[in-house]
Amino acid sequence: MTIEIKTSMLEPVRHTFAHIERRFGDKPATRYQEATYDVQSETNFHYRPLWQPDLELNDPRRTAIQMSDWYAFKDPRQFYYGSYVQQRAKMQEAAENNYAFFEKRNLANHLSEELRASLIRFLVPFRHVEHTANLNNVYGAAYGYGTAITQALMFDGMDRLGMAQYLSRIGLILDGNSGDSLVEAKTQWMSADIWQGVRAICEEMLVTKDWFELLIAQDFVIDNLVANLVYEQWDEHLVANGGQDVAMLTEFMRVWHKDTARWVDAVIKVAAAESEENQLLISDWVTKWRGKAAEAFAPLCNEMLSENALTDALLVMDKRLAKAGVK
Amino acid sequence: MATKKLNLKDKYRLLTRDLDWEFSYQDRKEAFPYEEFEGIKITDWSKWEDPFRLTMDSYWKYQAEKEKKLYAILDAFSQNNGQTNISDPRYVNALKIFLTGVSPLEYQAYQGFAQTGREFGGIGARVACQMQSIDELRHVQTQIHAMSHYNKFFDGFQEFSHQHDRIWYLSVPKSFFNDARAAGPFEFMVAIGFSFEYVLTNLLFVPFMSGAAYNGDMATVTFGFSAQSDEARHMTLGLEVIKFLLEQHEDNVPIVQKWIDKWFWRGTRLLTIVAMMMDYMLPNKVMSWKEAWEVYFEEAGGALFKDLARYGIRMPKYAETIEKEKEHISHQAWWTFYTHGHATGFHTWVPSDEELDWLSEKYPDTFDKYYRPRWEMAKEMEAKGERFYTKALPQLCTVCQIPMLFTEMDDPTQTCYRSSDYEENKYHFCSDGCKDIFDDEPEKYVQSWLPVHQIFQGNCGGPDVEDILRDYYRINVGTDNMDMKGSPDELRWKEWKGTA
Amino acid sequence: MSKVYIALQDNDVSRYIVEAIEEDNPDVTVIHMPAMIRIENEGFLVVKRETVEEKLGREWDVQELHLNLITLGGNVDEEDDQLSLTWN
Repeated sequence: MTIEIKTSMLEPVRHTFAHIERRFGDKPATRYQEATYDVQSETNFHYRPLWQPDLELNDPRRTAIQMSDWYAFKDPRQFYYGSYVQQRAKMQEAAENNYAFFEKRNLANHLSEELRASLIRFLVPFRHVEHTANLNNVYGAAYGYGTAITQALMFDGMDRLGMAQYLSRIGLILDGNSGDSLVEAKTQWMSADIWQGVRAICEEMLVTKDWFELLIAQDFVIDNLVANLVYEQWDEHLVANGGQDVAMLTEFMRVWHKDTARWVDAVIKVAAAESEENQLLISDWVTKWRGKAAEAFAPLCNEMLSENALTDALLVMDKRLAKAGVK
Repeated sequence: MATKKLNLKDKYRLLTRDLDWEFSYQDRKEAFPYEEFEGIKITDWSKWEDPFRLTMDSYWKYQAEKEKKLYAILDAFSQNNGQTNISDPRYVNALKIFLTGVSPLEYQAYQGFAQTGREFGGIGARVACQMQSIDELRHVQTQIHAMSHYNKFFDGFQEFSHQHDRIWYLSVPKSFFNDARAAGPFEFMVAIGFSFEYVLTNLLFVPFMSGAAYNGDMATVTFGFSAQSDEARHMTLGLEVIKFLLEQHEDNVPIVQKWIDKWFWRGTRLLTIVAMMMDYMLPNKVMSWKEAWEVYFEEAGGALFKDLARYGIRMPKYAETIEKEKEHISHQAWWTFYTHGHATGFHTWVPSDEELDWLSEKYPDTFDKYYRPRWEMAKEMEAKGERFYTKALPQLCTVCQIPMLFTEMDDPTQTCYRSSDYEENKYHFCSDGCKDIFDDEPEKYVQSWLPVHQIFQGNCGGPDVEDILRDYYRINVGTDNMDMKGSPDELRWKEWKGTA
Repeated sequence: MSKVYIALQDNDVSRYIVEAIEEDNPDVTVIHMPAMIRIENEGFLVVKRETVEEKLGREWDVQELHLNLITLGGNVDEEDDQLSLTWN
C-alpha cells in the first residue's frame, strides 16, 4: 500500500541535465549517470596537440575500435569517483585488519624457510607486473574516449598501484622491513630466467600504442592469467603446504579480480557486439596476446605450479571470451 | 625476526619508488616518448622529492571519508531545498558560470594529469600526477552533483556540457586548458600544476567559496572546500615540479621562465571572470577582488617568487600591468556581460545602490571616476524601460579569446588594441601579454576556434543571432538569458518567498 | 621574510588543530573567515602530531590533516611527526 501524504512542496522545473534527459528521459537521474554521460568535450578543439598533430586533443581514432556511442561502455559496477573510493575504502579496511593481524601474531614466523623463499621468488615480483598494469590503464585513461570507459580505466590504474604496494608490503613483512626481499624480488625480475618472458611482455605492452588493444592485453589476457595462476591455483598450493595464512594478505587481490572482471567482460561484450570489424579486432588481439602470454608465463608456471597449470588458466580465459561473445 | 620501524619517507620509497626498472627488451624512450621534444633536460629522475607520501590504502581511506561527508551534505541540501536559503537568487548565476565554465576544466585537468601520469619517466612524479588526475575527476563529478539540485530549480545549468564547447565566453576557459594540454608534458605542468594550481586557483576556491558560505550556499562551499583539501597536494606537486626542473639543468631555467611568463598572463586573463563573480555576483560580500588579489597573488605569489629567486627565476613578465589591472578588470568585465546579456546563458543586472556604494568604497581610486557613472546611466535607462543591450558582436583577442574589453591601464578611457601580422593575415590582441604569446608560437594560435569568427563564417547556424543562441548554443532564449529582473528564476524565487 | 600560511575548514577538529598550532607557533596570526580559518606566520609554521593528539585526546595521523585542509603556502615537508611550511 502506498500512503500519499500531501505536503506543499517545491516543483522542480526539470529533473536532470538536458544531455541526461536526451538519453534517459526527464526523470531523476542516478549519480553515476550525471557524473558520467557526455561529460567529455567532443568538438571545437582549439589547437592540435604538439605531441600528435595529426589528431585532435580528444579523438576516438587513438584505437582501431569504432563505436557509434562511446558511452555504451556502461560500468556494471556504476563506479563514479565517490562510489569507487567508498568501495575501495571498505576493501582496504578489511585488508588493513588482515595485515595488522598477520603482523601482530607474527604469522610470518610460522612459514617455512622454503615457503618464505618461494613467496619472494614467485609472488613479490608481481609488484612489477602491477606497476605495468598501472601504466597501461592510466594510458587508456589519458588517450581513451568518453568518460564511461576512461574513468573505469583510471580507477583500474590506481587499483594496480595499490596492489603493487600491497605486494611490496608482503615483502616487507617477510624481511622485517629491511627491504631485502624487495631487492631480491627485483633481482629475480631483472635476471632470473623464469621471469624474463613476463618482463619482456610487460615491456612490450608499455610500447603498444592502441589503448583498446592494451586493455585487451593487460586487463583481459594478462590479468586472467595472474588471477587464475597466482590467486587461485598457487593459493591452493600454499594452503596445501602450510601457507594458508598468506591468503589473508592476498584476499584484496582475489576480491579485486572478481570485481574487475565483471567490468572487463562487459566492455569486451559491448565492443564486440557493435560490429564485425570490432569483433575481428578483438579476436585478433586476444589471439596475439594470448599466444605471447602463454609463452611468457610458461617457464614461471612450470616452476611455480606445474605444466598443466597454464593449460587450465588458458581454458578459463577461453571460456570467459566465449561468454563475452567473441568467436 | 626483529621488525624495523619504518618512517613515512622510507616506507613510501620502498613501496613505490622501486617498482620501475631499466628495460632490456624494448627501447624505454618508446615507452616514454614525449620527454625531450620541449627541450627540457632531465638528467636524473631519482632526485625527485615526493611532496606527499600517500599510499593508495591511505588515499582510499581519507578520500572516502571526505566523500562521505560531502555527499551527506549534498543529500541534506536537496532534501531540505537548501536553494531557498541562499541570500539572493542573483547569486545562482555565479554557479551557472561555474558549472559551464569551470567544471569542464576540472575534466581537462583529469585528462592532462592522466597523460603526465603516464608519460613522465620518473615514477615519483608520475604517481603524484596520477593521484591529481583522479582527484580532478572527483572535482568535476562532485561539482556536477552539487549543481544537480540547482539545475532542478533554476535555468541555465541544463546544457553545461554542450555549451562549454560552443558559447562565446566559454571558449576563454576552454582554450586555456586546450592550450596547456596541446603543449608538451612539462609545459602542462608549469601551466596547470604550477601557475594555475599554486597561485591562481586559490583565488577561485578560497575567497569565492568563503563567499558562497556567506551567501548561504552550503552545497557549493562544501564541494569547494572539499576539493581544496586535495588542492594542497596539487599545489605542492606544482612547486616540486618547478624546483625539480630548475635543479636538473641550468638550460631549463629560461624555458621555465618563458612558460611562467606565458601562463601567469594567460591565467590572470582567465581570472577576469572570477573577478567579476566576486565583485558583482556575490550579494553578500566577503572581500573585493582587489583585496583577494593582494592576499593570494601579491602576497602569496610574491613570497613564492622570492623563494624561487635562488634558481634565477624572476616575477612573471607584466607583473606591473597585472598590479594595475586589479582596480579595473571586474568592472570592465561585468559591464561587457551586462551589455551582452541577451547572448549569455545566465542573467545580468545593474548592481543595487548599496552594492554600488560598496564598490565605491573598495575601489576609491577608480570606481567613482570611471565605472559608477556607467551604472548610474544604465539604471536610469532601465527605469525608463530602456534596458540596454548592444547588438554588435564583439571582436575577440586571438589568444585569450576575451572580447576587446580591457583598456590601457594608464588610460582607462582608451581600449587596448594590439595586433600582429602572420602569413598575410592580421591577428588582434587585448594586450601586450597576449601579443607576446602569439608572436612566440603563431602557428599554434592561428588555429584558435574563435566563436565570433566562427559565427561570421557560418559555422554556428543562423542567420540571426537569436537562431544561433537557440539552436547552436541551446540557450532557452527569453528564459536563460536577459536581465535578472522579470526572469523565471526571479519569479520562482518570489513564489517560494511568498513575495510574488 | 615572507609569510607562510595554512587554511582549514571551520569545524570541530580544526579548532583543536588551530589550538595546537598556536601553542607550537606562538607568533601566528589566526584569521577567522566565513567557513574557514586562516593561519599565517613569518617564514615558518609547524603542525606537530604530538600536540594535536594532546588537544584531541586521541591518536592523530599527520595525513589526517588533509581532511580539513583548504590551502597552504610555503615549501611543505610532511613527516611522521609533523608537517612544516617554510619560505627561504
